[in-house]
Amino acid sequence: MIELHHLTKRYGDKLAVDDLSFRIPEGVVTGFLGPNGAGKSTTMRMILDLDHPTSGEVTIGGKHYAGIRDPLRRIGALLEAKAVHPGRTAYDHLLWLAQSNRVPRARVDEVLDMVGLTAVARKRARGFSLGMGQRLGIASALLADPQTLMFDEPVNGLDPEGILWIRNLMKRLAAEGRTVFVSSHLMSEMALTADHLVVIGRGRLLADLSMAEFIKRNSRSSVRLRTPHQEQLLDALHGAGLTAEAGPDGSWEVVDGDPALLGDLAAAHGVTLHELSPQQASLEEAFMQMTAESVEYHMGAGAPEPPPVWGAGWNDREPGKES
Amino acid sequence: MAAFPAVAQSEWTKIRSVRSTVWSLASVFLITVALGLAIGLVARNNSSDFTEDGGPFDATAISLIGVGFGRLAIVVFGVLAVGNEYSSGMIRVSLAAVPQRGTLLAAKVAVLGALALAASLVTVFVTFFVGQAALGGGLSTSLGAENVLRAVFGTALYLTLLCLLSAGVTVMVRHQILALAILVPFILLVSPLLSLVPVVKNWIKYFPDQTGGAITQVFPTDDLPYGPWTGLLICAAWTAAALVGGYLVLRRRDA
Repeated sequence: MIELHHLTKRYGDKLAVDDLSFRIPEGVVTGFLGPNGAGKSTTMRMILDLDHPTSGEVTIGGKHYAGIRDPLRRIGALLEAKAVHPGRTAYDHLLWLAQSNRVPRARVDEVLDMVGLTAVARKRARGFSLGMGQRLGIASALLADPQTLMFDEPVNGLDPEGILWIRNLMKRLAAEGRTVFVSSHLMSEMALTADHLVVIGRGRLLADLSMAEFIKRNSRSSVRLRTPHQEQLLDALHGAGLTAEAGPDGSWEVVDGDPALLGDLAAAHGVTLHELSPQQASLEEAFMQMTAESVEYHMGAGAPEPPPVWGAGWNDREPGKES
Repeated sequence: MAAFPAVAQSEWTKIRSVRSTVWSLASVFLITVALGLAIGLVARNNSSDFTEDGGPFDATAISLIGVGFGRLAIVVFGVLAVGNEYSSGMIRVSLAAVPQRGTLLAAKVAVLGALALAASLVTVFVTFFVGQAALGGGLSTSLGAENVLRAVFGTALYLTLLCLLSAGVTVMVRHQILALAILVPFILLVSPLLSLVPVVKNWIKYFPDQTGGAITQVFPTDDLPYGPWTGLLICAAWTAAALVGGYLVLRRRDA
């Protein structure tokens, strides 16, 4: 069991990870979600004791990572693609890793086969594509047959075939009863693979819940109606005890509405409908909303606010109150 | 914690599986032997040019003249063997596999030192014999002559220390180009140049190349305020300081 206790990492005056506490549940895929720059990679590096926390700690089965004998047998990690010497062959890269943790040499061939790199095992990593580099990184993670696997943005930059392969791999690993902790900045990706979700923004924990719970809370369904007879429609809805919210382009949306019932209602009142469509708020939207305040740089946020001018806002002050 | 022999074996695999480290070590041998042979042949026919200022004819120094350049190659080997982990980001993979940073560095240094010593010993003895053969019977010396065995063997120790010094500096600066930019001038340029400047001359004598170089001299000079073995010891202290510095950086810094 990996547990984070009040984990904090400060770079200069910037807090990359801010008092983060959670547990990674065992035997399932946990999605570690957050916008770019939220502190996901820093957190993962701290789990592996690569970066030292400013305060707080990570324990793995009650121990620090550095206290584990042959740690690759406990946790296999893919942090960055192509963290491989370009002049070394795939086989030799896995061989030195295997030797360092006393993994039998035969296992190198096994994992090469598992990730489909047997044909290029004796080729130097220099000529590898991003996808091949990623597969080699995954082979290193699987090398010592660890119970827990950690992947940092494993689908980044991969072609659709590679993405599908990673997805299936993660599902297979979880089906084998392993713990998978995978980071992503894409909710849609996690929705397909994760059973549990940990969401962070600006280094802070925003949510720690099961995927099912997240879907239940955030999948708002509604029915969108569009009509040239707006007044009649609203009257009809009101008469039926339903409320509608203004949607885009002059449409109206009825939250949790039943399309059949609404169609009948419109027909009964002689309202012509130009659109009657069930809407499902995407999980992506829910995620964006959750992290909106914590996103570092908004796209097209435009010019920053001008600095306060001396004397500005003097008349906002309440009379008789000195600050 | 981590089993030292396993980590050492893994470090050996790292070094032998990359061409640049293998070639930089091989070039220590090739450069030194080739120069020893060439200079030996030249000196055989122009021996008077090599004994100009009335000093003794130093057959050992002539055969080992290539060590001056072999040093450069062994510095490059020391830098590459450690530094290529930083250029590729592989250091994070290494530390994830062996999070006990002291063990990782110790295994690296042990493997690097053993390799450098073995290569240096082969290099200096082969160079010595090739050089003496090139000089011919009239000019050559033998290992049995006074101080010669100490000079030849000591040269191998000196080269090994330079290699480990380079490794230590590389772990400290965590960048191979930067490490070379510091080491090459420091060892090959600055001290020969600065030793001509009167004010700093006496300080320069304690630099690694000067102190380590003392062991290679068959004929004692009055220039140096220490003997050959003391000099080597001072050089070893530089090396130890670089490695301790490297360890502190490796332990404290985020990878």
